[in-house]
Amino acid sequence: MRTIHTDEIIKTIRRMCIDANLHLSDDVKTAICQAADTEQSPIGKKILGQLEENMDIAINEDIPICQDTGMAVVFLKIGQDLHIEGMNLEDAVNEGIRQGYVDGYLRKSVVRDPLQRENTKDNTPGIIHYTIVPGEQLTITVAPKGFGSENMSRVFMLKPADGIEGVKDAILGAVRDAGPNACPPMVVGVGIGGDFEKCAIMAKQALTRNVNERSEIPYVKELEEEMLEKINQLGIGPGGLGGTTTALAVNINTYPTHIAGLPVAVNICCHVDRHVTVVL
Amino acid sequence: MDKYITTPITENVTKDLHAGDSVFISGTIYVARDAAHKRMIEALDRGEELPIDIKDATIYYMGPSPAREGQVIGSAGPTTASRMDKYAPRLMDLGGKAMIAKGKRSPQVIDAIVRNHGVYFAAIGGAGALISKCIKKSEVICYEDLGAEAIRRLEVENLPAIVVIDSEGNNLYETAILEYKKI
Repeated sequence: MRTIHTDEIIKTIRRMCIDANLHLSDDVKTAICQAADTEQSPIGKKILGQLEENMDIAINEDIPICQDTGMAVVFLKIGQDLHIEGMNLEDAVNEGIRQGYVDGYLRKSVVRDPLQRENTKDNTPGIIHYTIVPGEQLTITVAPKGFGSENMSRVFMLKPADGIEGVKDAILGAVRDAGPNACPPMVVGVGIGGDFEKCAIMAKQALTRNVNERSEIPYVKELEEEMLEKINQLGIGPGGLGGTTTALAVNINTYPTHIAGLPVAVNICCHVDRHVTVVL
Repeated sequence: MDKYITTPITENVTKDLHAGDSVFISGTIYVARDAAHKRMIEALDRGEELPIDIKDATIYYMGPSPAREGQVIGSAGPTTASRMDKYAPRLMDLGGKAMIAKGKRSPQVIDAIVRNHGVYFAAIGGAGALISKCIKKSEVICYEDLGAEAIRRLEVENLPAIVVIDSEGNNLYETAILEYKKI
């Protein structure tokens, strides 16, 4: 059985939080650059150009791409033959987040209680999702999530009779309502199936997929492509100021569901779709 | 059309600003977001003075990331305006003139803009590193305990923004999409 010490996990998560906030992954960067070429609106084109310039400044001067450096969402895939030694794993993840946000000059955006609202001053705790998988590796994905777009995300408990048309209406409706608030061009993560919480987690996971990676399920791939095309016909455009680039990608994940239900979650992310994965 | 404007953004300035104008803002502006707005309104409710000079003030809805050594400020892009909709009309009625943020405003805020000859600018959401380069001075002036949500006074130079709601109530978010809307 392989053993990993939590010190290594802390160090890795610390670095991932900083990296994710300073460097957009290549897939998102490429998508923004391509959009700057194809955008039809002059003002939209100008905004996309400024977003490219913003990415360069962020990398060259160590300034976060966006001031909302997010709440740290962490997905852990833990191999069932792996032994983790040291401290409590949850504490280790939060220690990594704490070090990353403090040492990386990232914004502390977390309040201890949703109603009393006192800032924890170190951006902990994160949102941690654990999955047990075969093998002896630990796969860590860190996805700092900004709340301008998070606030525009929605869960719809559709009826089976609503079918695929109902799903399309739900996605389009959520994006239309989000409009300029979600800092378009957006990345749209969708979870279809499961139950109330499963579809929401799938929608979040969908945002950690590369924007150029389509679903392996043929009808889902078609749905992703069709929805991207339709969303870009809404006219919202970069910054919500009109244009042909409202979304960079629609990523859809699915799961079996109950005979009585058709849950759909639409998790909207701004163009700063931060996601970093490391395998230990 | 590009316009270069300097604070204070008075009625004389706002009357010549039209939804869709691209502007570059220079001068002194205040920074406040959710928690600071809540505290300001609570102070008013208790009959106290506001901690900022609200007359013809420009308020930027923003919470920066921390500055590294040698930097004036960290990443400093706009936050979503609608969370301040509950508070904005009262501040405008007391003299506040301009707001910089991103996203839609409520009908009550649009009425307050028209009533007070104000203006709402959108800055580029998610371009916090770029915008930070336009900020030449940053000083926390009150509510320091709120961290990123403290009220700051900034000196800005040519901060790029777009007039979204002008003093006549024209709303670029509603009109700009029509040209590109196909469904």
